[in-house]
Amino acid sequence: MTFLTIGSLGFGGLLGAFLAANAVDTGIYAHGLLLVTFCVLGVFWILKQGGDTGGPADPESAIPYNDAVVRAGVIASTFWGVVGFLVGLVIALQLTFPVLNLDLQWTSFGRLRPLHTSAVIFAFGGNVLLMSSFHIVQRTCQTRIAGGWAPWFVFWGYQLFIVLAATGYVFGITQSKEYAEPEWYVDLWLTVVWVVYLLVFLGTLWRRREPHIYVANWFFLAFIVTVALLHIINNLSMPASFFGVKSYSLFSGVQDALTQWWYAHNAVGFFLTAGFLGLMYYYVPKQANRPVYSYRLSIVHFWSLIFLYIWAGPHHLHYTALPDWAQTLGMTFSIMLWMPSWGGMINGLMTLSGAWDKLRTDPILRMMALSIAFYGMSTFEGPMMSIKAVNGLSHYTDWTIGHVHSGALGWVGMVSFGAIYFLAPKMWNRTRLYSVRLVSTHFWLATIGIVIYTASMWVSGIMQGLMWRSYDALGFLEYSFAETVAAMHPFYLIRAIGGGFFVVGGLVMAYNVYRTAQGHLREEKPYEAEPVAVPA
Amino acid sequence: MFDHSKIEKNSILMLIGILIVVSIGGIVEIAPLFYLESTIEKVRGMRPYTPLELAGRNIYIREGCYNCHSQMVRPFRDEIERYGPYSLAAESMYDHPFQWGSKRTGPDLARVGGKYSDDWHREHMINPRAVVPESVMPGYSFLMDAPVRIAGFAGHLAANRAVGVPYTDAMIAATETDMAAQVDPDGDGAEALVKRYPKAQVRDFDGRPGKPSEMDALIAYLQMLGTLVDFSAYKAQENLR
Repeated sequence: MTFLTIGSLGFGGLLGAFLAANAVDTGIYAHGLLLVTFCVLGVFWILKQGGDTGGPADPESAIPYNDAVVRAGVIASTFWGVVGFLVGLVIALQLTFPVLNLDLQWTSFGRLRPLHTSAVIFAFGGNVLLMSSFHIVQRTCQTRIAGGWAPWFVFWGYQLFIVLAATGYVFGITQSKEYAEPEWYVDLWLTVVWVVYLLVFLGTLWRRREPHIYVANWFFLAFIVTVALLHIINNLSMPASFFGVKSYSLFSGVQDALTQWWYAHNAVGFFLTAGFLGLMYYYVPKQANRPVYSYRLSIVHFWSLIFLYIWAGPHHLHYTALPDWAQTLGMTFSIMLWMPSWGGMINGLMTLSGAWDKLRTDPILRMMALSIAFYGMSTFEGPMMSIKAVNGLSHYTDWTIGHVHSGALGWVGMVSFGAIYFLAPKMWNRTRLYSVRLVSTHFWLATIGIVIYTASMWVSGIMQGLMWRSYDALGFLEYSFAETVAAMHPFYLIRAIGGGFFVVGGLVMAYNVYRTAQGHLREEKPYEAEPVAVPA
Repeated sequence: MFDHSKIEKNSILMLIGILIVVSIGGIVEIAPLFYLESTIEKVRGMRPYTPLELAGRNIYIREGCYNCHSQMVRPFRDEIERYGPYSLAAESMYDHPFQWGSKRTGPDLARVGGKYSDDWHREHMINPRAVVPESVMPGYSFLMDAPVRIAGFAGHLAANRAVGVPYTDAMIAATETDMAAQVDPDGDGAEALVKRYPKAQVRDFDGRPGKPSEMDALIAYLQMLGTLVDFSAYKAQENLR
């Protein structure tokens, strides 16, 4: 197994050197050398490990779990989270004060915006999904993760994908498809990593010591295979040179547009929803110490969610040159999608039945509960915005940005923070987190930040949409476009303040995780259940 | 009654089930766009991009302009008055990838061609707030001093042809001369360029004679956006979808 891994890395290194040697542009040259560096460091690291692919955090564990790779995931998630939030704050400030673009090509909004979206979705969200799927599949199958070095290849290979994508954006390497910006060769690399990820996950399921596959793993499996399908089809393209960065999409115009939004909407549906529902189905019952509310509801909402989500892409193309029938179909299915989404919300929230009092004493559970509440809110707002009449107003405005962030910060962010706080003490084998009180601080910073962010974007989005279509008494358009831009300014400032709160919350978490890993315990008053008032 | 525990106990069965369930929507919605003839309207005037316009489009993509500018006029009264005739699917049939966008932090650009002078575009790109005080757009002064990479650009036209854009052998062979010819109205190549690419605008776009800069390419692209289709000959009623 070790020889096979080293052999593959050697092959990867040669491929990188071959690309760099024949490069027609500096992008391929630099990225070829990056691949060589990755493979060389990989070989050294494997040799240094001397066959140790990672053991359980708890030395008394009867099952030889690989907790080392989960631990690496906790660190990577925390790191990329803070990076992604910070870049978001920077670009929010650039929209408020354009001088911050510095008039340099590497720091302009157009190049940093994909850096922000990819950093939060794929670097932060992706690492959270790797971390928790590797943890949950081992625990629910009562077995060690399959494949020796393979989970490590998935972890480090994914980090290389992030670095290739991020450096590419800054240097202007992009195919301009939203949330699929990396160019053809980075897409190929991710495909390799993703196939290994699927095999590791399936391999672990095959070794399970439980007859049933736990519900969280259904969601992870759907997330992994569907993302593979979406990624491969949406990124089909023809490179201008096999030693250059630039490629041209296989599809054009209207077909390309729907393929892209089929991909992008299901990046939300399967990456940011199905995957994170996997987290919810394990960590919420664990933290609340209660069984999942309804087994039947899990089955119904799982199959209906994955069936309906795939259809929703056209609502990103309302009133465009996409044929009407496709728009209407997309709208109809988007509205239906409300039901399975709320099925998930109900199953998550009702799992807290009998444990509601813990929300007062357990800030981690409070975070998870709030994340489910935000999931419910966003999955109501989404179907509403997919109605053509509403979309005619909301599309192209900041309302969409507000909607995305109530889902991304509220749902994905909060449930991820909950998972990180759940895992940190366990993966370092500590009695508890460094500070539970700081979790509460983080909770309030993040919540206040999200509310400020979302509210400011609602106001600015609806206002801009109304200004664009406003007519004066003589029947002329009332506002020039530039006037609507000026009207956004105060809301962009308020949004940046909300984002600032969220970033500070992320830093508090990073500090707490760091001190927990160090084995420190903060002296603080523990949360205690308040005595129940007895009616007289 | 159907027993879900069969699927729950078999990962391959579950995998196949998932693949079937998630494939249906895409097949029903996307596949017909490739064969229904009504998807793309019948219009006159569409042609592939000239090499300089294509290079400009690549700069537009590289700088992430699509993050703030859409290229899709919706059929609303206010949009048609603000931007021009609503966009047709046919207008992006040679766009690999499409640039419809999803956000208007800045205005729509689908019909920006011919709306402003080359000088305006150049000054706007160098310092947006010099011409639009309220603008939040970044400055792109570095485009003035960056030459367009001409050598090897024929490969880009060939790649476009491979994915379906009707570039002819003659167009691909003339890539490099066409690129230089489009910024040199007094040169020998201008006439042949316009013959290959009808309605191509031949000017010194950035106001600096000599080899084309990235500013030349980007302005050449912006000035042709939305100008190709002959709307006097377009009959909307024949293209209901």
